[in-house]
Amino acid sequence: MMQGAAPVGESWITGLAATCGGDATALLPILHEAQERFAYIPRAVMQQIARTLSLPLAQVEAVVEFYHFFSSQPRGRYDIFFSSCVIDRLRGGDESARLLCERLRVTPGGSRADGVVSVRHTSCTGMCDQGPALLVNGHAIAGLDRERSEQMASLIERRIPLREWPRGLFRIAGNIRRSGPLLSGEIPPGAALQRALSLGRKGLLERLERSGLRGRGGAGFPTALKWRACREAPGEHYVVCNADEGEPGTFKDRELLRRHAHAVFEGMTLAAWVIGARRGFLYLRGEYRFLLQHLEQVLAERRGMGLLGERIGGGRDFGFDITIRLGAGAYICGEESALLESLQGNLPRPRNRPPYPVTHGLFGQPTVVNNVESFAAAAHIALNGDRWLTARGTEHSRGSKLLSISGDCARPGIYEFAFGTPLEEILDACGARDLLGVQMGGPSGNWITPAEFQRSLAFEDLSSAGALMVFGRERDLLEIVHGFSRFFAHESCGFCTPCRVGTGLQARLVEKLCLGRGCDRDLERLRSLGELMSATSHCGLGQSAPNPVLTTLAAEPQRYRKRLNSTAFTPDFQPLRELRSCGRRE
Amino acid sequence: MNGPTFTIDGRSVPFTEGQSIIQAAREAGIYIPHLCYHPEFRPHGSCRLCVVEAGGRSVPACSTPAVAGQQVRNRTERLDRMRRTLVELLFVEGNHFCPACPKSGNCKLQAVGYWLRMLDTPFPYLFPRRELDASHHDVLLDRDRCIFCELCVRASREVDRKNLFAIGGKGTRCRLLVNSPDGRLGSSGLSLGDRALQVCPTGALLPRKGAFHVPVGRRLYDGRSIAESDE
Repeated sequence: MMQGAAPVGESWITGLAATCGGDATALLPILHEAQERFAYIPRAVMQQIARTLSLPLAQVEAVVEFYHFFSSQPRGRYDIFFSSCVIDRLRGGDESARLLCERLRVTPGGSRADGVVSVRHTSCTGMCDQGPALLVNGHAIAGLDRERSEQMASLIERRIPLREWPRGLFRIAGNIRRSGPLLSGEIPPGAALQRALSLGRKGLLERLERSGLRGRGGAGFPTALKWRACREAPGEHYVVCNADEGEPGTFKDRELLRRHAHAVFEGMTLAAWVIGARRGFLYLRGEYRFLLQHLEQVLAERRGMGLLGERIGGGRDFGFDITIRLGAGAYICGEESALLESLQGNLPRPRNRPPYPVTHGLFGQPTVVNNVESFAAAAHIALNGDRWLTARGTEHSRGSKLLSISGDCARPGIYEFAFGTPLEEILDACGARDLLGVQMGGPSGNWITPAEFQRSLAFEDLSSAGALMVFGRERDLLEIVHGFSRFFAHESCGFCTPCRVGTGLQARLVEKLCLGRGCDRDLERLRSLGELMSATSHCGLGQSAPNPVLTTLAAEPQRYRKRLNSTAFTPDFQPLRELRSCGRRE
Repeated sequence: MNGPTFTIDGRSVPFTEGQSIIQAAREAGIYIPHLCYHPEFRPHGSCRLCVVEAGGRSVPACSTPAVAGQQVRNRTERLDRMRRTLVELLFVEGNHFCPACPKSGNCKLQAVGYWLRMLDTPFPYLFPRRELDASHHDVLLDRDRCIFCELCVRASREVDRKNLFAIGGKGTRCRLLVNSPDGRLGSSGLSLGDRALQVCPTGALLPRKGAFHVPVGRRLYDGRSIAESDE
């Protein structure tokens, strides 16, 4: 079926394609532009894009369908996405969503008949410290209370263009609560690079190695080892910064990018110099679009200072530049190989590994992919020596770690703690008392009960890519787990059987338990499904998707048992419910 | 015979450098269940049925290289149980009505289900609504039976050189897309001789004529199990 009239001319497509090199890497930027122009991506436009980039139409269509922020069906002129993150909902997200929808006379998941406004839910938008939050035409609004909802409704009803909305609505607080060497340290632009040039490539690698820096994205792979392996691999080299922090409850990169962008870019430049890359990409999650202008400006400054471009540092043999690519709402893109596929304009599916990105990364070439925090730390180490990192932390986890703390605590925000800090000290610092437990590392992490609060932050103990979600004693554990299981069902890419079907079934089973309709057999089913998913899924998403269920079921079985129906068997099928949903299913 | 070997369930299996576990196993006549793997195509690794234990981990035999001296476990109770559950998941996810399906008896999904002794499933059927495409003169696309193995995607791209298929959507909302201007099979240029059509393991892509030329009872997997008859 052809959607809408073919837009006049396609010169904007060819124009954009040309600035991106004319290949499939231009797909994401072009789709963003199309979505903005037409409030959806008409099939006729997909055809033009496919033609321009010499891609199969079905590939363009598949990519459009994959990302939350692209749509093949018309959306409202004001396109709203509420964060469905568990933390935003604890902070009254459902209530604000209901209020706003009521004022705008629109049902969640739908578009208003006049095409003015559409409302949907998306996963966490990275504002858990100041939720509930939403995105309107890609722009973040946090702290959504009654007053703000009323204000938004009024602006929309009066058809005020987004750019004329009061700036205050879009203000995002920094909420940096505790700084350490990373957050308080300043690197004069170019200083780390200059130091590195005097150390030489080998010298810099040795320094990084002595520091023991491990990747901050969660896996903890030694950074020096990664850079060295990539350097030794033959081919055209690339540097990629993973700024797609999509784990619900994580928002520390938001502030690193806002306040320390120079340090991050400097770290990327160092990596490029070590491995011999001429091109780098920073993959920014779509939810952080509000940072784009600032980041582009920092890049421009660095070009002006001769820190990017041809002949960096005046030398003849080192040219490097960085391109920012905006994601479009897909948790899976935080997985490094899926991120690379996304950059290449393909469906963002995790690759089979080995080979790893250090030898076969972007376009199949040797690529260093590091987290935002890792690049910033590397720049500090280059400038200040390995002691900068080794002065803190434990033997296996050197230095400090940024944590995004959210939920039931007096001071949610970003905290920098030395590795080895006990959890109870961290919880004390953020003002968390009387807890049910905490979720360390976001939904893909683990449930930690108060009995384990003496454990400490470290790769070898409580490892976290940055999220620490705090839940007060009055919270309902099953509702929390339900939120997490819905998240995974929503974000599963659908590639492998255990994750695609398993996350969907898991969410249904947990919902059944929440409704008080579960039986013993359902707990058994959850366990076996969880075992299957963690053992056989293709990537980390599917392998960790059962974590919330399995860790809470192991730690607090009584909370599950309490909710079971007394009968030995309860059917999954509810006739009345099915009848009510007749015709409304996807 | 001095080439490298590894073992599968204790049996020594020779292999050549670069071969995957499943390739070496096939040459040695050892069956490892699979649906998305096909010897003609690059491994895909999505169905996960070929999961084996190697090096203390569960890995897909199709995309894991054989390593000299490694002890691989294939037929353990745990692995077969997990495989059976995977087949169950494929059944509950789609709408598979074997008795009414022309592919019955030639269907790999059905055959591997029998081989794993799947009788029923404890999981609820999802009963998805999927679009049927009957626009093609010779071929029916019944998305109810699609298991997202992408064999048609690969065959159409690599053998037929037509690039007619792709997977769209995500999660349980995945669906097979047809790469044609209107997204329908009729205008896609698919022809009966296409490899894409022949490699479909289920009845998702089905020739319209001749479905019962071979009567039920004399079909591929009617007399022999999939382990004995797999190509």
